[in-house]
Amino acid sequence: MTTVTVSGAAVELDEAGFFQHPEQWQEAMAPEIAGREGVGELSERHWQIIRFMRQEYLTHGGAPSVRGLSKGSGVPIKELYQLFPKGPAKLAAKIAGVPKPVGCI
Amino acid sequence: MSGRVVILGGGTGGTLVANRLRRALPPGAAEITVIDRDDRHLYQPGLLFVPFGLTRVDQITRPRHRQLHHGITFVEATVDQVDLETNRVLLADGATVPYDVLVVASGAALLPEETEGLEALRRRDRVFTFYDPIGAAALAPALAGFDGGRLVLNVVDMPIKCPVAPLEFVFLADWYFRRRGIRELVDLVLVTPLDGAFTRPVASRMLGELLDRKGVELVTEFSTASVDEPDRRLHGYDGRTVPFDLAVVVPIHGGQPYVGRSAGLGDALGFVPTDRHTLQSTVRPNVFVIGDASDLPASKAGSVTHFEGTTLVENVRRFLAGEALASRFDGHANCFIEAGAGKALLIDFNYETEPLPGHYPLAIGLPLLRESRRNHLGKLLFQWVYWHVLLSGHEVPGISATMPLAGKWRVPAA
Repeated sequence: MTTVTVSGAAVELDEAGFFQHPEQWQEAMAPEIAGREGVGELSERHWQIIRFMRQEYLTHGGAPSVRGLSKGSGVPIKELYQLFPKGPAKLAAKIAGVPKPVGCI
Repeated sequence: MSGRVVILGGGTGGTLVANRLRRALPPGAAEITVIDRDDRHLYQPGLLFVPFGLTRVDQITRPRHRQLHHGITFVEATVDQVDLETNRVLLADGATVPYDVLVVASGAALLPEETEGLEALRRRDRVFTFYDPIGAAALAPALAGFDGGRLVLNVVDMPIKCPVAPLEFVFLADWYFRRRGIRELVDLVLVTPLDGAFTRPVASRMLGELLDRKGVELVTEFSTASVDEPDRRLHGYDGRTVPFDLAVVVPIHGGQPYVGRSAGLGDALGFVPTDRHTLQSTVRPNVFVIGDASDLPASKAGSVTHFEGTTLVENVRRFLAGEALASRFDGHANCFIEAGAGKALLIDFNYETEPLPGHYPLAIGLPLLRESRRNHLGKLLFQWVYWHVLLSGHEVPGISATMPLAGKWRVPAA
């Protein structure tokens, strides 16, 4: 676990860069994390996914998989990969400040 | 008070819960009804062995009603939907079954139609699955006729039943082609949406090393967009492709169709939202869930279902008696991983503790996360235990519902 500074605040991330304490996250941090992860400028469509991801985590205690993200948000998987090219579930979770989606076991 | 307990599904969970409830509740205290669409109880762990000619589907199937004890009603019918408002199950033939307590034990369904190109499964030419009896049986002659090339095992998406089965399949395939003397002509490839061989770090590293030793190529974080049989390629959403000569695919899993037709019962994937410690659903207090049908962050596996049974039966009893529920289930899972050549590994874990090396604290001391002959014998013996001990709702000697920490070694993942 490492402590890094995002938007001037100290937050704890795991070795893969996921928030360990979702309550340390603020909306203002999202653009900076997105930039660091190579996602670029956040559009309204990005935000729709980021908010949904965070809501799902806070309601269910776990981040959804790509399919859960697509079914729940109504955004097709193909488009999710255009928005978050290297992996929608992981990238949206990082940007939304929630722990890594476990994909279930 | 008398209660009507209706159990949807006569598989592992439904059967063991019905039999345990029958013993836990005095006669007259509850009517117990099990509903299933057919009367064929399949020992699902056995499907893995069918493609390799090590067993046949008829050897792992028995009548469902015969596994249920006296005093339990078995109804063979398709469920149309559950009406949570009026506490009734509506059957496809128009009949209705009222309940005081509903136990959802209907497992997970395979949804190949959700992946472009997977209708190829029906042609049984180059694309197969071993996750259903027809597919597993059809794969046996296909493997026997496979004389070399790329054999690709593709997990389309998580969650799936028995998350270690894809690993077991490639381990057994390695052994199978060695015995046929053509291993060097076969490329074995495991294509997974996970970022490693397994979901949790220590087991992922150790199982990854085992894949490596057996010469299995691992393709990770592959999100399958389509299976192109004519072109013999898997296509990923990220633009990657994986060529194959024979593809063995684990299709997307979801809840049973009736869950989707029942207002308010399931989530977006058709699984029923469930409290992870009490096993009461979060959709209605009088609905409980066992096994693969739930949305719990635990393995969809028979061992988990078995361990859930203890808590679930106690809580249905308490619910009918108007008592507070017990929060006992810890996510305990325990799986033999068949590794080929007469050996197997054993993993044991729960919500909090990942699979670790060491040994399982039994008199015979089964090693954890390590190939051994004893684990293989344990896996073979388990089918007998399943039909004769587990389904009857008896405790399996030496195996507790909660996970033992004794014997586990803390080791770093990296």
